[in-house]
Amino acid sequence: MAKAKITFTDIEQTVNVPAGTRVIEVSERIGAGIIYGCREGDCGTCMMHVEEGWNNLTEPSVLEEKVLRENMASRHDRLACQAQILGDCKVKPA
Amino acid sequence: MTTSSSAAAGGPADDCGAVELAAGVHWIGALDPGLRTFDLILRTANGTTYNSYLVRGDDGVAVIDTVKAELAHDFFARLEGVARYDEIRVIVLNHLEPDHTGALPELMRRAPRAQLYISKRATAMLKALLKPRDDDRPLTYQTVGTGDEVSLGGRTLRFLHTPFLHWPDTQCTWLVEEGVLFSGDVFGCHHCDARLFNDACGDFRFAFDYYYAHIMRPFKRYVVEALKLIEPLPIKLIAPTHGPILRDRPRRYVTRYRELSTPSLAERLDQGERSLIIFYMSAYGSTARMAEAIRTGAEEEGGIRVSLYDLEGGETQPFVDLIESADALALGSPTINGDAAKPIWDLLSSLTVIDLGGKLGAAFGSYGWSGEAVRMIEDRLRGLKLRVPVAGLRIKLIPTDEELEECRAFGRALAGTLVRGGRGRVVEFAELQSATIENLGV
Repeated sequence: MAKAKITFTDIEQTVNVPAGTRVIEVSERIGAGIIYGCREGDCGTCMMHVEEGWNNLTEPSVLEEKVLRENMASRHDRLACQAQILGDCKVKPA
Repeated sequence: MTTSSSAAAGGPADDCGAVELAAGVHWIGALDPGLRTFDLILRTANGTTYNSYLVRGDDGVAVIDTVKAELAHDFFARLEGVARYDEIRVIVLNHLEPDHTGALPELMRRAPRAQLYISKRATAMLKALLKPRDDDRPLTYQTVGTGDEVSLGGRTLRFLHTPFLHWPDTQCTWLVEEGVLFSGDVFGCHHCDARLFNDACGDFRFAFDYYYAHIMRPFKRYVVEALKLIEPLPIKLIAPTHGPILRDRPRRYVTRYRELSTPSLAERLDQGERSLIIFYMSAYGSTARMAEAIRTGAEEEGGIRVSLYDLEGGETQPFVDLIESADALALGSPTINGDAAKPIWDLLSSLTVIDLGGKLGAAFGSYGWSGEAVRMIEDRLRGLKLRVPVAGLRIKLIPTDEELEECRAFGRALAGTLVRGGRGRVVEFAELQSATIENLGV
């Protein structure tokens, strides 16, 4: 299975994950500072900023785009409960 | 301490009049002395206040935060004493929880010229709060972040993005010319005193620390980030949304937040040393012997400070403080009528006030005939978002020498995961799941 590295820059930790893993599955167990609310892409609490590897996450869905817009997300912000890791990337809480 | 000068500069607030706290700045909030429980979880021995403020500039007036809906009458009465509704050009919401936005819909009706200023994370909450219908006037608002400003003419409001203190939407507002920080819930407390100012009120130090412990403590990481923005400001006065207005030596409250948010154990550990705390309950000594063997095994790993506590011998709260500073937590319980012992649950249900992010958890216990406790504790640890890297250890009745060696291996495995999982190392995703001691190769 393809692997990818995700780095949580706020805690300086990198995890080697199977491609397709959602960020939420990794960030809480490793202790990153991203905070979650509804966990289903509605509340926008888990917004994270992608510092590197923006294109190595799955495309945001129409619903995620809507929530990001409502929360005034900046260009490289995503919802950690929705984004799946496809390749190496670096993220931190937005 | 009460002085006549302090009363003159901002007298008691029990007459429904506004109280001046700086040039052109008034408190227009509400007192709620009869409240005894706030938000279901906080005890309020002498009630609370909902602090709202009005800032007057040459070109208009700003209202900063409002009050709980039930006390809107007091708020509007105080507001009308110092401004007309058609002068209000700006409404700032530093935090959208209903105790600060209860009077907002009515204020928006009375002051239709006013523009709302909220943080970037507050939009969805604002809509959920006001529930605009299709036939309503379109909801207009301006989102702001750190450094954004709005001028009232000779008075400048500058915003600080301080999220998660204690909701995602929270922000602070800095009145540049007067050195006043409208801090929202930060630096607030539930203490109702009509004398309003910290140098005139009764002793509220307990209320200040209690509020921090229950409201801000789970978000310490965000407190530290906010302090980076707040500490450099030349603060003359802090105007929070609850409790006394901090005009006498306001910086000491900033310092207190820094103290409360700084890890207490780190400075006592050697460089890079990690901390494991083992808690246990034991009816006949078997789970206690397991705990001691686990400690021995963990200490064999090196680079780890292990503490061992019998839950029967202590109160929950100090143990919560210990866990906050620890890197890993192991809980041992016998099984009594298919469940873990109650003090275990008392401890686990008290951990929501601290940040558990990144901590490891583990469970163990001796049992007589059913043995469910260990799995139930593990499930709860996972529910609290702890990582449980080593599968729980159960031993039937009295541990043999071989079983005590299993306990030592369990301790070594847990300590090994902790010590090797340091910063900078690449962690395999599989390591974040539970593994047996054999899989870890210990």
